[in-house]
Amino acid sequence: MRRSAASKKKSDSITTSTTDLFRSASSKATTKEMDRIDHLFNQYANISSNLIDPEGIEELCSNLEVSHTDIRILMLAWKMKAEKQGYFTQEEWRRGLKALRADTINKLKKALPELEKEVRRQSNFADFYAYAFRYCLTEEKQKSIDIETICQLLDIVMGSTFRAQVDYFVEYLKIQNDYKVINMDQWMGFYRFCNEISFPEMTEYNPELAWPLVLDSFVEWISEKEA
Amino acid sequence: MEPKIIDFEQGWDYIETGITAMKRQFEVPVPEITPEHILDLYTAVYKMCTQRSPHDFSSQLYQKCCETMEEYMNSTVLPALNEKLGDEYMLLRELLKRWSNHKMLVRLLSAIFHYLNRYFIVRESLPSIEKVGMGYFRDLVYNKIQCKVREAVLALVDKEREGEDIDRKLMKRVLEFYVEIGMERYEQDFETFMLKDTASYYSRKASSWIQEDSIHDYIFKSEQCLQKEKERVSHYLHFSSEPNLVKVVKHEFSVVHENQILEKTHAERQISLGPLAKIFKQHVTDTTINAKEQVLIRKVIELHEMYMVTECFQNHTLFHKDLKRAVAGSDALLATFCDRIILKKWGSEELSDEDIEKVVIFLAYISDEKDIFAEFYRKKLALRLLLNRGVSDDHERSILTKLKQQNRGQFTFKMERMMTDLTLSRENQNSFKEYVASYNHVAKPGIGLTVTLLTSGIWPSYKTFGINLPNEMVKCIEVFKEFYETKTKGRKLTWIHSLGTCHVNGQFDQKPIELIVSTHQAVVLLLFNTKDKLSYNDIQTQLNVGHEDLVWLLYSLSCGKYKILIKEPATETVSRTDVFEFNSKFTARMCRVKIPLPHVNDRKKVIEDVDKDRRYAINATIVRIMKGKKALGLQQLVSECVEQLNQMFKPDIKAIKMRIEDLITRDFLERDRENPNIFRYLA
Repeated sequence: MRRSAASKKKSDSITTSTTDLFRSASSKATTKEMDRIDHLFNQYANISSNLIDPEGIEELCSNLEVSHTDIRILMLAWKMKAEKQGYFTQEEWRRGLKALRADTINKLKKALPELEKEVRRQSNFADFYAYAFRYCLTEEKQKSIDIETICQLLDIVMGSTFRAQVDYFVEYLKIQNDYKVINMDQWMGFYRFCNEISFPEMTEYNPELAWPLVLDSFVEWISEKEA
Repeated sequence: MEPKIIDFEQGWDYIETGITAMKRQFEVPVPEITPEHILDLYTAVYKMCTQRSPHDFSSQLYQKCCETMEEYMNSTVLPALNEKLGDEYMLLRELLKRWSNHKMLVRLLSAIFHYLNRYFIVRESLPSIEKVGMGYFRDLVYNKIQCKVREAVLALVDKEREGEDIDRKLMKRVLEFYVEIGMERYEQDFETFMLKDTASYYSRKASSWIQEDSIHDYIFKSEQCLQKEKERVSHYLHFSSEPNLVKVVKHEFSVVHENQILEKTHAERQISLGPLAKIFKQHVTDTTINAKEQVLIRKVIELHEMYMVTECFQNHTLFHKDLKRAVAGSDALLATFCDRIILKKWGSEELSDEDIEKVVIFLAYISDEKDIFAEFYRKKLALRLLLNRGVSDDHERSILTKLKQQNRGQFTFKMERMMTDLTLSRENQNSFKEYVASYNHVAKPGIGLTVTLLTSGIWPSYKTFGINLPNEMVKCIEVFKEFYETKTKGRKLTWIHSLGTCHVNGQFDQKPIELIVSTHQAVVLLLFNTKDKLSYNDIQTQLNVGHEDLVWLLYSLSCGKYKILIKEPATETVSRTDVFEFNSKFTARMCRVKIPLPHVNDRKKVIEDVDKDRRYAINATIVRIMKGKKALGLQQLVSECVEQLNQMFKPDIKAIKMRIEDLITRDFLERDRENPNIFRYLA
């Protein structure tokens, strides 16, 4: 039975308009979300540079009720793929908050535990760990980080999961004289060390393998301490 | 008219007569055959070969020629040799005579039958007359008597070994004969047996000597035997026999009696290295060479004879390890010892240049970490060269040449360059002199300046400190700079005044004395030309020298053996409140006095330098290996590194790991993502 063209049109127009409505609603929603994100950005950003600078980040942290040395801020930076330590650009901000679906401070606060879970997934953590190192390279051609910063970073990044290893390693780094800086290879080596070697027995550790020398010395130092 | 056809019988008759005459010539030294005759014979052959068939007798002539040679071997040559079998010399002489005759006969026959050789033989693909002749000699003569010939030769060789004089020229010709017959014959019929004979000869000798003689004498005798055998090769054996011969001798002496040698060594304690090492360590730090040290030197020279010169035992594992163990860790001491030996040819017992060389070479040989030894040696050498001490240039060069032969790689590179620098410097100085002489400028430099140019990087780096030079010196330096600019552009001159020497005339009350001082010392002294008394502060202000260095300078001039300056107060040390006065009352027995400034030995610096060099070396080696292999596991990289650097030092795994990490930071290498034990080369 042939339907009347007019009625088809009618239904068409209804469908179309619904789609349109839906589309415009979601885009409106998206645009609205983005607006809110931008609005949030502006609350913390420095007007002249259009970046959230260290001051802004501190304010953000206090609003989120986390310390600015909390690992979750670092995780947030990771989610944003922020390049420069202490600064968030608008693009980075948008990227991070959009991914977290947070457009208000409260939503952002609520998103943090979920973010942490995500980062701590084995598949992501190595990447996050490497990111943490890179994030601290402030100068252009810088390849290594000074011992003091490394100690702080270790505490932040690995302190909750590998407390003992971090404590011992930090102690060692502070008293030794051979190394004034740590490079990416050594940094990643420590991560492997925590994951592969039982602590404090360290029976699996073999200095003849290609462990970074600083870890060889670290292990030696521990065994001398125990003796 | 047609030329007359020569009939075969006739023709051959004629030819045969000629040949017989030739043969007779060998027996009776009367020339029976003339060149014209030969030509006639040739013509006869020619005719007989070019006559038209059936008178072309090429084939028959060929046959007859061969037969006549064959017949000659059997009827004359072999019997003649068989007669002489009883006496070695007679046999060998006869052999050579017959061989020589044979060659001549073949030559003559080839000449006469030349036409045959050229056409008939080629056409019929037959062996040439020469070939046939040689074949006959070999098969019909040589093969029959070669055993006897060999026995004769070896008997003479043994006689010579026992000390008898033999006819070497004859021997040489006999062995040349072997080679002419064929190198294979030389090797199979002679050399093999000669080597066997040598082995059994020396086996007997070695067995009896090892029982009777001291280890010292045994080693020396073995060396003498080896030497004699080598001489034998040069006198008459074929040169290709040398390696095998040497091998046999060495084997009989060192390998066969290895255990006994070891026992003897320990039993006799003649080469006990423990006490030797102790003496080294004790006495090298003494400043005077005493009797005990003389004994030590003698011992080292003895050891040199034994280990370096006696090829039989060189690098023999038995001794090598012992030696190195005894002096492990003393490389710096060894080099210092070398320096002292070279500098002091002492009193009662003069050491010859050769002796000094032996000691140096030996000590270099036994040093364990060659790069430390080399570095200390280089530093000492530099001072010897720059301060004109020690032995002649030729002698230093001779030592360097021997060190170079002994050690592969870069051991002597810098040192040789240093010596070249000095030679160039001297040439340069001559040009400079000429330049100054032709200097038209009014302000010609008033004092003579001799400059030694050192290429940076080749010489050890020397510390020097700046000082405000007096005008006279400044002028000199300016002139030299000008001169140097004319020779080369764009080079920077850094003046090392701490190594410079000045001759300063001191007008003292009693008599003028020439003072030989360092440049720095001279500058201090010259201040006193304007004022007799100067305070420490005055001096420091005028010269702009750091406190430590100035104290050192003033000390040498006022508190040492020769007090050119009087220090107030006359305490043992120099302080900032001191005042210095020109000591006009100074005098000495000689008219020329050297005021020494002790050079800091800076041993720590040398070790630092060596460590630095080692780091570069390891880096370069790792890069080289990784460039080739692209990816390599740590263990393999370490073992390859150790192997490549083994000549100079043994790098430990820690050092290598450190360098790898450095290379990772510098983006030469990266760790493999999958397997952290593997490294990759980053292009």
